[in-house]
Amino acid sequence: MNFVALKMLVADRAKYFSLIFAIAFASFLLANQVSIFIGIMTRPSSQIQDVVDADIWVMDPQTLYSDEVYALRDYDLYRIRSVPGVAWAVPLYKGTGRAKGPDGRFRTVILMGVDDATLVGAPRKMLVGSIYDLNQPDAAIIDKAGFLYFFPGEPLQAGKTLQMNEKRVLIVGISDASAPFQSFPVLHTRYSQALGFVGRERNLLSFVLAKPSAGASPEKVCKQIEEATGLRARTTAQFSLDAFLFYLRNTGIPVNFGITVMIALIVGTVIPGQTFYIFTVENLKQFGALKAIGVSNRRIVGMILLQAVVVGSTGYALGMGISAAFFARTLNYLPTRGIVFPWQVMVSIGVVVLLVVGFASLISIRRVLVLEPAVVFRG
Amino acid sequence: MGANGIAVFSRGLTKVFGRGETRVHALRGVDLNIRFGELSMLVGPSGSGKTTLLSVITGLLDATSGELVVLDQRPEKLSKEELIHFRRINLGFVFQQFNLIPALTAAENVAVPLLAGGVKRQEAVARGEGFLTTLGMAHRARALPSELSGGEQQRVALARALVHDPKLIVCDEPTSALDGRTGHAVMELLSATAVRPDRAVIIVTHDARIFDFADQIAHMDDGQITALEENRKNGVFRNSLAPVSAEFPSAQLGLTPS
Repeated sequence: MNFVALKMLVADRAKYFSLIFAIAFASFLLANQVSIFIGIMTRPSSQIQDVVDADIWVMDPQTLYSDEVYALRDYDLYRIRSVPGVAWAVPLYKGTGRAKGPDGRFRTVILMGVDDATLVGAPRKMLVGSIYDLNQPDAAIIDKAGFLYFFPGEPLQAGKTLQMNEKRVLIVGISDASAPFQSFPVLHTRYSQALGFVGRERNLLSFVLAKPSAGASPEKVCKQIEEATGLRARTTAQFSLDAFLFYLRNTGIPVNFGITVMIALIVGTVIPGQTFYIFTVENLKQFGALKAIGVSNRRIVGMILLQAVVVGSTGYALGMGISAAFFARTLNYLPTRGIVFPWQVMVSIGVVVLLVVGFASLISIRRVLVLEPAVVFRG
Repeated sequence: MGANGIAVFSRGLTKVFGRGETRVHALRGVDLNIRFGELSMLVGPSGSGKTTLLSVITGLLDATSGELVVLDQRPEKLSKEELIHFRRINLGFVFQQFNLIPALTAAENVAVPLLAGGVKRQEAVARGEGFLTTLGMAHRARALPSELSGGEQQRVALARALVHDPKLIVCDEPTSALDGRTGHAVMELLSATAVRPDRAVIIVTHDARIFDFADQIAHMDDGQITALEENRKNGVFRNSLAPVSAEFPSAQLGLTPS
């Protein structure tokens, strides 16, 4: 009877396609909003994730996340180096400054000052130049988005200059740094150089980046650092999560996206659910005839579930296809760069669609199960 | 074949809908025999209980009380699953509004009882096409119901009722949606193909124009059989039960209560 179910499903093309498109649209809307939400919420941790050399971030106990930093004292670096389990530790400056372009335009930039000797914390994805070019005087590496902001329409190239704190900043390289939350340009320079670029500050030591000794777990070493120094130590994953949670708790982003996702969920449930229900109700007489002829309830339930699975999976596949095309298109667009379509979102939406069509099927099935087959004798 | 050539045997059959003050006695002690090899008609005004009786005989409704034997089975003794299986194997249905599935071709509609019985799609549809050929409908086998005339749709419905070779065919107003000539043609086809020594046919109808096709006519009113005409094709009429009610149009049928 499966082919009967499928033919009944596709016979009314308009209704069939409206069902498919309702599910596809709902899937796309959910995928789009959830992925963008996740993408935006991971941006506060972009600069943390970009540091791949160290596993541990040590900071002042009052520093809650990476964008609001209370600086350490310089000798804290040596205290951390002396903690058992720490293989090495280097300083990192992270702050903001104001950079001025050749045409006088200026903009707040995120300035990362990496260890002079080791360059730990320097960007790993370079589009132009090398991190070792940071050893030149006044050298800095700027991210692609920042370069295009200061030098719009120009090819990516080293040798350009900016001004920070009345000092020359020589662009020696262009990185593919992850997009920060505020979409400011990201500049990497040496730790000692950063002092000149940001002006007079009492303490520059934002973070100490550390590496645990071979075989030691980062979590355990973090605890040891905290016990020995009284400072706050977090693994890269923990510190990224801190940033995510801070923005989650202290901004309106989750509420705004949550409302959109809820609307998408309601629309995605009600429209396909109602359409599928109406579709089944309109076929009640046919199901009644099938019951009278001797088709069992179990077989009819199977037919309805098959219809639901076909509609759900086709609509879902179409929705995911549209979503994938959307993110493929926007992935390389500067303002939305790095916002991807995680497979976890795809799977979760699959589950949601399954629940939606399952729910709609259950309501429809109920109508069919209570249907008196004798109804077929009533004209 | 059932005992004594009886396909359907009922005694004191009642059916009550609702409770308390809203109780409706749809059947009030129906006694009836439907024989193999005969075409029996249940006739009577609207609300007389014809369709209820047909529903009870086919197991679509349970009787409230009384005795009922259909093809040597007592429907009330069968489980739900057994009853569905019994209907699928032994019964063929022709409905007033045809109830063909609009999405399926004529041949596929005919194949539905076979598909329900587990026959593979290709074989079932081939058998459906073959059956339509025997009814002179081969050229319409691949047409959708919407492309068929009323008479053609009813012939497809008839083919669907017969394709799995059931022992009992039940038809609910099979000609009421058709014009007189088409209705007559459908009845001729039904008489020619459905009536066999090992099969019984029951037709519920208002349509006096087709009464001549009946071997037996049970006149119903107010949930009872008020008159029974048996052996009609041999010119024998016997009011074996109660007097025909005053409201029933017996005069136009030329019936004289004995």
